Amino acid sequence: MTVTNSQDNHALTSLASAMANGEVATVDLTHTLDPDFPVIILPPEFGQCARFRMEEISAYDHRGPAWKWHNFSCCEHTGTHFDAPIHWISGRDLPNNSVDEIPVERFIGPACVIDCSEGAARDDDFELTPEVIEAWEADYGRIPPDCWVLMRTDWSKRSGAAYLNMRDDGPHSPGPSPEGIRLLVEQRDIRGFGVETVGTDAGQGQHYTPPFPAHYTLHGNNKYGLQCLNNLDLLPPVGAVVIATPLKIKNGTGSPLRVLALVPRSHTV
Amino acid sequence: MTTPISPPPRKNPQKRTRVPVEPPDTRSRAALGLSVAAARGRFMLQVCTECSAILYPPRDACSSCLSVDLEWQVVSNRGRLVAETVIRTSTHIYFRERTPWRVGTVQLDCGPSMICHVHGDCESQGNVRMINRLDKSGHGVLFALPEKEIPAMEDDPQLRELTCSPKFRRILITDARSESGQALARAFSRADAALVFAGEAERWRHWPERDSLKEIDNVELVPLDVSDTQSVEELCGEIGGKVDILVNNARFVRPGGVMDGGDLVFAQQEMEVNCLGLMRLAQAFGPVMRGRGADGVNSATAWVNILSIYAYCNLPQFGVYSASSAAAHSLSQCLRSEMRTGGVRVMNVYTSPTEDEWHQPLPPPKVTASKLASAVVEGLQDGLEEVYVGDLAKDLIDRWSAEPKLLEQEMTRQGGGRE
Repeated sequence: MTVTNSQDNHALTSLASAMANGEVATVDLTHTLDPDFPVIILPPEFGQCARFRMEEISAYDHRGPAWKWHNFSCCEHTGTHFDAPIHWISGRDLPNNSVDEIPVERFIGPACVIDCSEGAARDDDFELTPEVIEAWEADYGRIPPDCWVLMRTDWSKRSGAAYLNMRDDGPHSPGPSPEGIRLLVEQRDIRGFGVETVGTDAGQGQHYTPPFPAHYTLHGNNKYGLQCLNNLDLLPPVGAVVIATPLKIKNGTGSPLRVLALVPRSHTV
Repeated sequence: MTTPISPPPRKNPQKRTRVPVEPPDTRSRAALGLSVAAARGRFMLQVCTECSAILYPPRDACSSCLSVDLEWQVVSNRGRLVAETVIRTSTHIYFRERTPWRVGTVQLDCGPSMICHVHGDCESQGNVRMINRLDKSGHGVLFALPEKEIPAMEDDPQLRELTCSPKFRRILITDARSESGQALARAFSRADAALVFAGEAERWRHWPERDSLKEIDNVELVPLDVSDTQSVEELCGEIGGKVDILVNNARFVRPGGVMDGGDLVFAQQEMEVNCLGLMRLAQAFGPVMRGRGADGVNSATAWVNILSIYAYCNLPQFGVYSASSAAAHSLSQCLRSEMRTGGVRVMNVYTSPTEDEWHQPLPPPKVTASKLASAVVEGLQDGLEEVYVGDLAKDLIDRWSAEPKLLEQEMTRQGGGRE
C-alpha cells in the first residue's frame, strides 16, 4: 500500500472535516430490525419471507457469564433491504448479479429524491409516471446516469396494518408505473431505485404488464432496489450521497442493511 | 344443594400466594391403570378374563381365581353410598388445607365396594354415579356424584379440585387469528370465563374477523406470536400472573412429505410454531402457572395443547406437519411432568383434520372450529388429560392402542388409511 500525500487526500480529508463540523450530516435511512416489522405477504401456498427473529444465546448468566449475544434469523428481504438483480427471473443470468459479486463502488453513490408524498397521501395507489418524473426534472434538472432514484411517499411514517394496506384484492401502496420505471432505467440509466414501501413495485404491481414492472425492469437491466427506506423526507431532491452496503452473502439475492445518506447541511430539513 | 361459587375478590397483595402441595402420589403399577383411565375420563376397573370377576382395588392377580390375566374395562358406574363421613382434620398437608372433606363407601352395582371422595349433594344411602378423575398429583381417584344432575353441582369444592373448570378463570388463547381461536374465545366466554386474553400475531397484517372478536364479552386482544420469544416474554411479563388456563391453539400447517412436496422452509416454520412455540410459552408462562396451582377459586389449573391426531402416526400427505405434532406431543409429556408439582394439568386435545383451508382437499368428516372449541371446554370441565376430537381421531387412537405397527401400515399406504 502506498501512502498518499496530503494533496491527493484532499477530497477525503475535507469530507471528514465537513462531517466533523456538521457541514455534512449523516441521515439514517433504516428501520430497526424488529420482529413485528411488516414483511411482504404472498399467497399462503407460496414460500414466505421470514420475519426477523432473535434468540438469546446468553446474557451474563450460566450460559455465558460475562457476555450477552443473540442468534438472529430473517429473510434476505426482511426490514430495510437491498435487492440484487439475481432476485428476479429477468436478472438471473446477468454477470455480478448477487450481493457478494456486485462491485463495491456500486454501493456508494448520489441520489435523486422525487417527492411523491402529496400524491401518495391522496391516492394509496399513486403511480410514479413519466409525467411525474419529467415534472421533477423541470425543477431540478435531468436525472444523471448511474444514480439512485428514491421515491419519497412518506409511507415510512405509516405503522400497523396501514403500512401494507392489505385489502381483499391485495395491498395498496404507491409505486412506479411500467412506463415510469422504464424511463428511469432505459433512458436515464439509473443505478437503482429505492422506496419507503415494502417492495419497489406498487402494492397492486402484479396487475401491470409486465407484472411487477419495477422488479422486472430494474433487475433485468442489472439495476438494484432498496426497500423499506426510512427518513426520505430528510433528504434534499439532489445532493445526497447514499451508502447502501448489503451483507456479503454468497449468491445472496438481497440483504438487510444499514442505509445511510450523507447530506449537505444547507439542505437538511 | 352446592353453594355456587362467586367471582373471587381481588387478591390481597399483602398475603403470600398459597404454595401448591400435592395429594398422595404413591401408587402401585397396577393402580396406575386408574390414572390411565382417568386421563380420558373413563370409569374402568380390572376384569378377570378367567372368571369375569370385577376387581377393586387394582391388583396383580384375581382375588377369586388367582389368574394374572386381568384386563381394564369400562364397567357400570352405578352404585349406592352405604357409608359416609366428613374428615375435619388430616395429617396430610394437602387435605389439611382443604377440610372439611367428605368421604364414603360406595357399593357398586357391578360388585366391588370402594372408599371414595363424595360430592356434597350425595344423599346418605342414596344412589350415586361414580367417576374416575385425575387429582392434583395426576392420579386417578374415585368420586361419587349424585345420581341426577343438580344445579351448580360442578361448583362443589372437592369436585372443582378434580376438574379445570373455566368458570371465573382467566384464559389465554394463543392464536386469535385462527378460526379455532375465535371459536374458543366464544366458547370460553359462554362458559363463564372471567377474562379471555386472545393472542394476536402480526397486528400489521389485516384480518377481518378482528372486529367481531373484540365484540365478545370479556375478550381482550393481546399481542402474541409464539414464534417470537420476545413477544412471548413480554406478554408473560404483563399478564403471566393472570393466566389460569392457557390454550395453545397456534399451529402452522402445510401439506407435504419428506421428499414429495416437502419444503424445508415450511418444515422449519412448522417446528418453530408447533413445537418450539410450545416451548417458548412453557418457558415464560409455565413457572408462574405452576406457582399458582393452589391460588384459590381462580388458581392456575390447566395447560391445553391442540395437536393433530397424526402426532401418533404419520400421515404422509402431511408428513412434516405430523412430525411437528409428534414433537409437540413428546414435549407435552415433559411439560406434564414439570407442571405436576404445581397441580396444573396438561390436557392434550388431539384433533382429526379440521375444516380449514389446509385440509380442504381432504374428504369429510372434518372437525369444525366450534366443535373443537366445545371439546376443549368440555374436556376442562371434565378434568381430562387427553381428548380426541372427531370420529377419525377416536378411531385412530383405538387402532394405535391395539397395534401401532399395524396402524402405520394402514396410514402409510395409498390414501393414508382414509379410504
